[in-house]
Amino acid sequence: MEQTTATLKGIIHPYEHYGEGLTQPIVEVKGLNVFSKNAQILKNIHLSVPKNKITVLLGPSGCGKTTLLKCLNRLTDLYSDLRLDGSIFIDNEDILNTPRDITEIRQKMGLLLQRPFPLPMSIAGNITYGLKLKGIRNKKILEAKVEKHLRDVALWDEVKDRLSHSANSLSIGQQQRLCLARGLAVEPEIILADEPTSALDPISSKVIEEEFIKLKNDYTIILVTHILRQAKRLADYVVFMYYGEIVEHGDAEEIFNNPKTALLKHYLESGY
Amino acid sequence: MQLKRKLADKLSSGWMIFSLAFFLLLPLAIGVGLVLKSKGLLHEHSLLDLLFSGNWAPSQNKFGFWPFIISSLWVTILAIVIAAPVCLLSAIYLSQFAPRWALKLMRPVIDILAGIPSVIYGVWGILVMVPFVSSLGAILNKETTGFSILAAALVLAVMTIPYVLNMLLEVFRQIPVELQEASLSLGATRWETIKHIILRKGLSGIISAIGLGFSKALGETIAVLMVVGNVVQLPKNAFSSGYTLPSLIANNYGEMMSIPSYDAALMFGALLLFAIILAFNFLFRYIIYKSEAL
Repeated sequence: MEQTTATLKGIIHPYEHYGEGLTQPIVEVKGLNVFSKNAQILKNIHLSVPKNKITVLLGPSGCGKTTLLKCLNRLTDLYSDLRLDGSIFIDNEDILNTPRDITEIRQKMGLLLQRPFPLPMSIAGNITYGLKLKGIRNKKILEAKVEKHLRDVALWDEVKDRLSHSANSLSIGQQQRLCLARGLAVEPEIILADEPTSALDPISSKVIEEEFIKLKNDYTIILVTHILRQAKRLADYVVFMYYGEIVEHGDAEEIFNNPKTALLKHYLESGY
Repeated sequence: MQLKRKLADKLSSGWMIFSLAFFLLLPLAIGVGLVLKSKGLLHEHSLLDLLFSGNWAPSQNKFGFWPFIISSLWVTILAIVIAAPVCLLSAIYLSQFAPRWALKLMRPVIDILAGIPSVIYGVWGILVMVPFVSSLGAILNKETTGFSILAAALVLAVMTIPYVLNMLLEVFRQIPVELQEASLSLGATRWETIKHIILRKGLSGIISAIGLGFSKALGETIAVLMVVGNVVQLPKNAFSSGYTLPSLIANNYGEMMSIPSYDAALMFGALLLFAIILAFNFLFRYIIYKSEAL
């Protein structure tokens, strides 16, 4: 019994051994270019993402924010007509040119999409899916993880009596929180969020935003958004993109109060 | 103007209900018609006798449909067992792994396969499948002429594949790519994603595609008739000849009308076929209903 608790603690608090060097970059993109069949989607991207901060990718739609986000855990593999060159270092490992198994690297990152896409299984099954892939079979551990991560996203009290029901029976806002929880369950270091509140009602959006602020103590968050006010509420670090290029980046205060380029000034004033 | 628009609105919805009712009533009308036509036979023989007796001798007024029922089910089930895995694997490959041009190339090929008249499949069966089964039987030490359940099942499988494959491709196309992204980002491999997410999400669609393929295969007449052997017997194994219900009707309707009750017996055969297809449709509906609850 004691041993189980110890293992549990080990799993639940994976970041205790960090502590120092919190501001070192966790993601470094160097000279990234992405080409589709007949266009260049990202042009020479250089980017450092600070650890345990919320980094916001800002810019009008179609400027390559989502593509950049998907490059970070190589979901671009799914699209055979995309071609990538350059380097993306995550924990000092170039994930675009690594012989290592990509599935392990992907588990370092939790993904939250524009709309919730619950896996076709039960509520609890959504949480345990990634854990089972990791080889965790112990029922007690799985149950404890389900509860912990559902509590993390403030969903536990709403669903604790129907964990075995289909995840599709939840409301959209609940589904999105479930998607966040299942991403956290595999203990990522980074959360990739692609306009995670764009399909949600104001209250669910607020819950997600509050979660993010809490989560940045333990995780590094990269958030794509085109909602300027959301960016202002959440961002520690801002990357402003326009037509596949990074136009300006810096600390949130600096970017919002003191924009240097005309493009960013225009964007901040008009919102597009 | 206002009145005209309202009238058009009323009329159009009335017309829709009429067409819908027509399609709802059609199977009912067919069923009732078949029952009325085969009523004569049911007066003379008990239903159990008709269904489960193997004694088929129209000239002696003996009508046992059991060999036909068993042959039909053998051929159809074997055909689906052969076709379903092939369809599933190719649909997964085409929708998940194949480059886009391969899918573009395959679409017309599938359509052409689906459009080939069944009599041509029958000829192909006689020329290719029957000798193949015959030599396979020689290797396996089974007595066979080649005109057999297996030959019919193979021909049927090839005929069913384009239909089922087309439906499966549509099923997989409708599964959002974001679900795959979610699964991959949780650390799954491509194959784990296919196994746990895509097949599960598409389960009810897969079952209904196979169910429709089953109904089509069960009713297929001419190609089966040409290769199945048309011998009234209980098939011992897949190399035996058989005689399916559709072949029975197609071979004999309009002939030998001098034998009393023969006409009614063939109608009863049609009714049986109708009932079997209906029963399997309900079965598949039930499985789909169960799988959707997941």
